[in-house]
Amino acid sequence: MQVSLFITCLADVFFPEVGKSVVAVLEEHGVEVDFPLAQTCCGQPAYNSGYHREAREAARQMIKAFAHSRYVVAPSGSCAAMIRHYYPSLMRDEPEWHQKAVKLAEKTYEFSEFLVNVLGVSEVRACFPATAAYHQSCHMSRGLGVKDEPLRLLGSLRDLELRELPYCQDCCGFGGTFASKMSSISEAMVDEKIRNLEETGATLLVGSDMGCLMNIAGRLQRTGKAIETMHVAEVLAKGMKK
Amino acid sequence: MSGQRAEFAERVAAGLGNGQMRISVPLTQDRLRSGRNRAAAELGNVEEWRDRASAIRMHTLENLDSYLEQLADNVRKNGGHIHFAPDGQSALAYVEQVIREKEAKSVVKSKSMVTEEIHLNNHLQKLGVEVVESDLGEYIIQLAGETPSHLIAPAIHKTRGDVAALFSKVANRHLSDRTEELCAFARDQLRRKFLSADVGISGCNFAVAESGSIVLVSNEGNARLTTTLPKVHIAIMGMERIVPAWNDLDVLLPMLTRSATGQKLSVYVTAITGPRRAEDADGPEEFHLIVLDNGRSDILGTAYQEVLKCIRCGACLNVCPVYRHIGGHAYGGVYSGPIGAVLTPLLEGYEEWKELPYASSLCGACTEVCPVKIPLHDLLIEHRKDEVEKGYAPFAESAAFRMFGYVTSHPSLYSFAVKLAHTGFGLFADGNVINNGPGPLAGWTAVRDLPRPARQSFRAWWQEREEGKA
Repeated sequence: MQVSLFITCLADVFFPEVGKSVVAVLEEHGVEVDFPLAQTCCGQPAYNSGYHREAREAARQMIKAFAHSRYVVAPSGSCAAMIRHYYPSLMRDEPEWHQKAVKLAEKTYEFSEFLVNVLGVSEVRACFPATAAYHQSCHMSRGLGVKDEPLRLLGSLRDLELRELPYCQDCCGFGGTFASKMSSISEAMVDEKIRNLEETGATLLVGSDMGCLMNIAGRLQRTGKAIETMHVAEVLAKGMKK
Repeated sequence: MSGQRAEFAERVAAGLGNGQMRISVPLTQDRLRSGRNRAAAELGNVEEWRDRASAIRMHTLENLDSYLEQLADNVRKNGGHIHFAPDGQSALAYVEQVIREKEAKSVVKSKSMVTEEIHLNNHLQKLGVEVVESDLGEYIIQLAGETPSHLIAPAIHKTRGDVAALFSKVANRHLSDRTEELCAFARDQLRRKFLSADVGISGCNFAVAESGSIVLVSNEGNARLTTTLPKVHIAIMGMERIVPAWNDLDVLLPMLTRSATGQKLSVYVTAITGPRRAEDADGPEEFHLIVLDNGRSDILGTAYQEVLKCIRCGACLNVCPVYRHIGGHAYGGVYSGPIGAVLTPLLEGYEEWKELPYASSLCGACTEVCPVKIPLHDLLIEHRKDEVEKGYAPFAESAAFRMFGYVTSHPSLYSFAVKLAHTGFGLFADGNVINNGPGPLAGWTAVRDLPRPARQSFRAWWQEREEGKA
């Protein structure tokens, strides 16, 4: 099976380990991974900020980049939701592009969603000794409706103890440019998320969106707290090596 | 946000800095939210209920003119008076006219957000009329000289201690903060007002077109006293708060109460069809219904039309993480939370309200819970788009996003930018951390660290790997 990786701009620039981990996990499951170099950013920062013409420019590039892919997999629920929900509506006035947008939307998946629902993976042979909590990101759970898949994968790892995160459905305060534009509100939100996280006693927070994790990790670091953050793919890939 | 007005920033800072409110709002929010979730789970098929409720509201909006006409005909047939008010001024003038004709000195009110919207209390007080709010929460904030900070729990930001202090002032003696004592005092005060009021003014949860009735939900019984004891009853409704038929209420009424508080039905559901009839034991001699437009018809037929489906349950406030921390007053308008952030700029324009659509992380919790399926967070994005198109966005931001559009549509340029990131961001980095970023990064690094971009990007690693294979 051939899969094109959509790395997402954050993982490309800031968190290349996440991309490497996705490649490792997919290859371990017999997938042939390719990486179309013409991919850029999904355009969500522009879209959510109201710059829809600019978002459309990014979207057209992404549609072109993945035109020949059978499946597109991204290590981000938010970026996958952008493509799945907003690309078709962004292109609604251009029938030719709209059709292409729908095609891309139909073949784009978030990482754990793809592993569980397309590849049919229900457990990963891996071991990861840690006490962890899982951060359920908003666009992944509400936008894509993907909630259980990452938990199933993580739940199959030996020696990984998952603690339930109170108020797990609540936003961490990232919200893209919101975190910068409304930083004091975002601060209150991320602090509440961290208080809830600390209550679990977990020393590791696992997530599926690097935007959220960058926000939470950045605040943990700023406030001198020793909880680590990792993407699901990193936990699986590291666990596979053990 | 550059270009954020000081008033907005100050209101947000006041909310975030109000330690008492930061405790009381989340507490009530959690109670209401879990009540709603329990009530939704009881239904079992809440998504079907939401679909049905949304379809009813949509159909009503698409045929609003004919249902309003039917409503007006039936109100008149029942012996009531109806007034279509294009704006707040017109509604106030009508109320004033009735008050003058009746030589009314005192008014008792039951809870109504639309009267907040037109600032009715101020107007009546200027006329020298005594106005008393009879909903307990509204009574509390009236005594405090404040405005509601929540659609259905107007005094959500107050504690029992606050209430005891306010009531003690009225009582001219010390009252404890025991709920029973406070309620008994309010009941005693309000009962006198009900009995002496010349006019009762209420809102309207739903008007039923087929019978010309208005329906009110309440938990305290004050709506019944307001609408039956005084000789004149004036009801004021937003022009969209109408249902075609009683059958539709079978869906909307429980959706309202389940979404608002988690109740299957409120303690009182009052339906009023015209003034007192000859055979009735009680009721007002006159019934007036004011249908307020005030900007609503301008929303019909636009990308924002669905906001008019709102039945004012407050569920979106109860799940909103932004509302949770800043409270209702930070929004500045009559309507707060996600619905306020969508509605206020529509009713009153961007000039004064341009920040509201940005006061959201777009987490979508509001959209998920809305009983009539208003795509609230998508409408916030729609607002942002309109603000950008109308030139409300700061210049630096527009320039940055123009650049974003250009770079993301030119892959070789994009790859080049990715390559430069490590060195470029390095200018602001302290080791591998950026903690004092410039320009748009400043907001981020004010609160949290930003990692320095990786020395080798993923795409560089990938290319190296592919070359290694070859």
